[in-house]
Amino acid sequence: MSQNNQKPASDNLVISMEGVSKWFGEFQVLKDINLSVRQGERIVICGPSGSGKSTLIRCLNRLEAHQEGTIRVDGIEMHERMKNIDEVRQDIGMVFQHFNLFPHMTVLENCMAGPNWVRGVPKAEAKERAMAMLTRVKIPEQADKYPSQLSGGQQQRVAIARSLCMEPKVMLFDEPTSALDPEMVAEVLDTMVGLAESGMTMICVTHEMGFARKVGDLVVFMDEGKIVERNNPTDFFDNPQSERTKLFLSQILSH
Amino acid sequence: MYADTVIGDKLIRKPRFLLGLLAVAFIAFFTFNMADTIIGEFLRPVIGEPKESGLFGRSAAALVLAILFVGNLFVISLFPIKVQIGIVWLQLLLLFMAFFYSFDLKFSFIQSKIGFMITQGLFTTLYISAVSIMIASVIAIVGAVAKLSNNGVAFAIASFYTSLFRGLPLLMQVFLIYMGLPQIGYVIDAVPAGIIALSLCYGAYMTEIFRAGIQSIPRGQWEASRSQGFKFGLTMRRIILPQAVPLIIPPTGNQFIAMLKDSSLVSVIGVWELMFLARTLGQKEFRHMEMLITAALIYWCLTMVLEVIQSRIEKHYRQKGAR
Repeated sequence: MSQNNQKPASDNLVISMEGVSKWFGEFQVLKDINLSVRQGERIVICGPSGSGKSTLIRCLNRLEAHQEGTIRVDGIEMHERMKNIDEVRQDIGMVFQHFNLFPHMTVLENCMAGPNWVRGVPKAEAKERAMAMLTRVKIPEQADKYPSQLSGGQQQRVAIARSLCMEPKVMLFDEPTSALDPEMVAEVLDTMVGLAESGMTMICVTHEMGFARKVGDLVVFMDEGKIVERNNPTDFFDNPQSERTKLFLSQILSH
Repeated sequence: MYADTVIGDKLIRKPRFLLGLLAVAFIAFFTFNMADTIIGEFLRPVIGEPKESGLFGRSAAALVLAILFVGNLFVISLFPIKVQIGIVWLQLLLLFMAFFYSFDLKFSFIQSKIGFMITQGLFTTLYISAVSIMIASVIAIVGAVAKLSNNGVAFAIASFYTSLFRGLPLLMQVFLIYMGLPQIGYVIDAVPAGIIALSLCYGAYMTEIFRAGIQSIPRGQWEASRSQGFKFGLTMRRIILPQAVPLIIPPTGNQFIAMLKDSSLVSVIGVWELMFLARTLGQKEFRHMEMLITAALIYWCLTMVLEVIQSRIEKHYRQKGAR
């Protein structure tokens, strides 16, 4: 909300999707998606499973290829002939449902690898930065352990720290709490709220509606590959427009 | 394997099983007429002249052996499992040694040749195998990456290579390389020819091992690596291979042990390794068995040493993986 919205929208667009469609074989997973994200904005994407929300977020750093429309990240178009995909990806942090930490490396090494190997940050400085980020996600004391020695919630916080060490312009979260035990969800969400408050641009695929309400600037609801509804959290939850949204909300909020 | 947590009655304690076993053993020993052997000599007071004892002598010898066999098993079953394993190993080893001993070996001949067999033969065998397994590993990495790539030419070359070298007998490959290369104008020594044949053949098998190892690393590891901007080579070197190597090492160890024995095939082109020496040293004095048995024991000891080393390495990586 803050100062970012006062700037003109055009010159701080971090992500823009225009008419994006994608097929898996015959099956169309994304249908004419239009979405733009300005710097500092927090977008929450929700929807039933199979609605294409994970595919959408994975198209943003081209882990998946789209077939129609244009996707621009920080002004650079993502397409199959691009030469600088690795440089672009360095600026896009991604947190996965299953953490995907590197199991043969310690927590500290996981966090140092990116800056040291591809950003050219010297080892000592990379270590300093990694410790700072681990402190930020509140687990500096686990730095010398291996991922398998940590709980799910701790692993996911390390994954967030690992992404932050790259100093990304935008962070993508692909169902970051779906694989966690219920009592570990809170610690990860707290970390994400803290990140949001620091002004990070975030796109989160999640079903954590409390989180959406608390930090989201925009909630996007998807179904069958289309964006069915988009609104600010208050209106989205209290006054949903489409029948599909009402049904979805009644099902996930009824318990 | 899963050990049952409920212990049933031991089979060996059941009279019906013991009788059955006794019957089977009796039939087996009866079939091979044991009256002519040393057992018959022992039974001379009972059965008279073994050669003329007929069915009676044959049955008596078989019965005595069958009772000894079953009794032995029964006694062994009374000991704890570790002792059982030790006793059975020892008994089998003694039988094996008795088999060798029955050839009427001349030990002084073995003694005079064993030094050369080890310094020349064993050394050459080890050195050919070690060089070959290293070259094969390099071939295997390249082959595996080629087989996993979406480059048509690379895939075609790699799959043609694995198909060809897994499809031809190793002995034929040895001949083809040693005698085929000179045909196209490149004369090659026996040792390099042997190393090339072993490397190419095992490289083909190991390509599949490496491919499976690389493929078994979850997709998420690739995604986490590539999404941070790590290029393909960096991802392979620093993320995928370090995780795949512990999976690749046990089957590679097996390949090395197999190669050590298959290296005997290069004896046909005159490389002075263990097998070649075993055949040629014995020939001059018609002492074939002495040399073959010596070489056999050297191969066996070597394999046992390597198996121990392999299990150590596996244990090391298991501990690393469990942390």
